[in-house]
Amino acid sequence: MIAGILQYEFLQNAFLTGIIIGIIAPLIGVFIVVRRLSLIADALSHVTLAGIAASLLLEKKFIGLSGLNPLYMGMVFSVTGSLFIEKLRAVYKHYQELAIPIILSGGIGLGAIFISLADGFNTDLFSYLFGSVSAVSRADLWTILVISIFVIAMILLLYKELFLLSFDEEHAKASGIAAKSIHFIFIVMVALVIAASMRIVGILLVSSLMTLPVAASIRIAKGFKQTIFYSVLFGETSVLGGLMLSYYLDLAPGGMIVIIAVLILILTILIKKLTVKVAV
Amino acid sequence: MILIFEAVVMKITAGFLGDKMEKQLHSIIEIEQVSYRYEKEDVLENINLTIHEGAFLGIVGPNGSGKSTLLKLVLGLLKTQNGEIRLFGQEISRFKDWHKIGFVSQKANSFNTGFPATVYEVVSSGLTKKLGLFKFMKREHHMKVTQAIDSVGLLAFKDRNIGELSGGQQQRVFIARALVSDPKLMILDEPTVGVDAQNVQSFYEMLDELNKKLGITLLLVTHDIGTISDKVTHVACLNKHLHFHGKTEEFEQLKMDEMSEFYGHDVHILTHEHDHHHHHHGGSEQ
Ligand SMILES: Nc1ncnc2c1ncn2[C@@H]1O[C@H](COP(=O)(O)OP(=O)(O)OP(=O)(O)O)[C@@H](O)[C@H]1O
Ligand SMILES: [Mg+2]
Repeated sequence: MIAGILQYEFLQNAFLTGIIIGIIAPLIGVFIVVRRLSLIADALSHVTLAGIAASLLLEKKFIGLSGLNPLYMGMVFSVTGSLFIEKLRAVYKHYQELAIPIILSGGIGLGAIFISLADGFNTDLFSYLFGSVSAVSRADLWTILVISIFVIAMILLLYKELFLLSFDEEHAKASGIAAKSIHFIFIVMVALVIAASMRIVGILLVSSLMTLPVAASIRIAKGFKQTIFYSVLFGETSVLGGLMLSYYLDLAPGGMIVIIAVLILILTILIKKLTVKVAV
Repeated sequence: MILIFEAVVMKITAGFLGDKMEKQLHSIIEIEQVSYRYEKEDVLENINLTIHEGAFLGIVGPNGSGKSTLLKLVLGLLKTQNGEIRLFGQEISRFKDWHKIGFVSQKANSFNTGFPATVYEVVSSGLTKKLGLFKFMKREHHMKVTQAIDSVGLLAFKDRNIGELSGGQQQRVFIARALVSDPKLMILDEPTVGVDAQNVQSFYEMLDELNKKLGITLLLVTHDIGTISDKVTHVACLNKHLHFHGKTEEFEQLKMDEMSEFYGHDVHILTHEHDHHHHHHGGSEQ
């Protein structure tokens, strides 16, 4: 495998991208989970799917657009979707979670229309749904790297504010921080990370990579920083393990990655149970 | 009845203004002719209230009387519709020094108890505004956090997750979070809901110390006016209108006679209302 990575550019792309998203997906996932917004990731990933379908459709219908990278269109859709969610959450103040099914079904609906308009795609849609070891291009890698640097820098710089906003929104507002703007930046970052992660884990499983490592981490971590640390550790383990296994077994990596994340989750629950028993 | 009430207020205001000392102190909060309405219903009408430096003001009033609304206006969580609020002498819309104000909310003990944050991390978050955007905690800030945790007697718990503490301890954590930015004014909205009687007592003693030793001005919404009447310096009775505002001694006198009359029920019923309150919370504060 190491030899393979040294030899083939597509493997290098896949693994470097994997390492990056193994960090940023769980990192942003921690804030999503503690704010109880887990379903937003699901909604946005389906909107991203609509963007990808739109891009593939354009590519098929207009020969001039054959070089179009679906990643960009996916990103545009995802960010637009995140803005819609925010609007809807403001409209339905007392039923904020309604925004999520609305956007989610809207995303799937659009995606279905684009896919049937295209009457089937040359490119394998399957790889977008469940990820792929061979589909990541150099250009994708660079785009994803830039997004990650932006996201990590923002989280470092706005860590205090993001923490306060997650822990206690009212207090955040009462202490005079720009809660609205920071929330806005946050939701756009979520949209970007989803678009960036889909090449490897696939649209349908992006949200799992953001939430499962966090769910495992919360079981055993003391404090917020430790929660972040374990989440990234578990996320990275799942991504690298999943990529390697799927390369050898010739499977879609998304499934493998998520299954490893689930196993880690079960393990932490068991470990927690055992240690509690021992303590008692 | 209203006439009696107005006479009482006149008497008190006269005594109040006569007190020269009082006038020379800085006013921390000035509320002038403030009214507020949610969708249809007027919740506050023509409130005038000034709180001077070093005061410990207890605000009492029945459920739904607008106490939390008034605090939210003062904290800038709600925008004033009518009238004016000044904080530290500055018009609220231009006020920037929010770190001078510590806030412990009525909902403080109904936060997400599964939240993975240690006591230390929660208290540190009280420095967010003071530090400012893109700034990190330095050694002096870490010392401040430790000091604040120590001052509420929780140093031994600093690395525990906040969800693993008792309700009373959690409330202390929120006090520490408010204290850590060295506030000049602390605003507390029924901070003792869900705290047992013994801890309530020691909690109020702690507030008393903050007020007397550190000179922090306190604004406390409470239902146990009985428990704290020996600690607060001033009392305000709110029920849409401000029915009374004055020194505690005057309030005590008042409560003997006219007070209970205009309030609609006897003052000791106020304490009963506390129990009432617990039931209402879950539903009304969603
Ligand atoms: N967000 C809101 N929208 C509409 N009406 C509200 C809202 N918040 C409060 N109210 C109404 O305003 C009135 C005053 O509420 P407020 O919370 O200020 O009372 P309170 O004195 O703090 O009561 P409690 O002792 O129960 O805490 C109540 O009648 C309440 O129904
Ligand atoms: Mg209230």
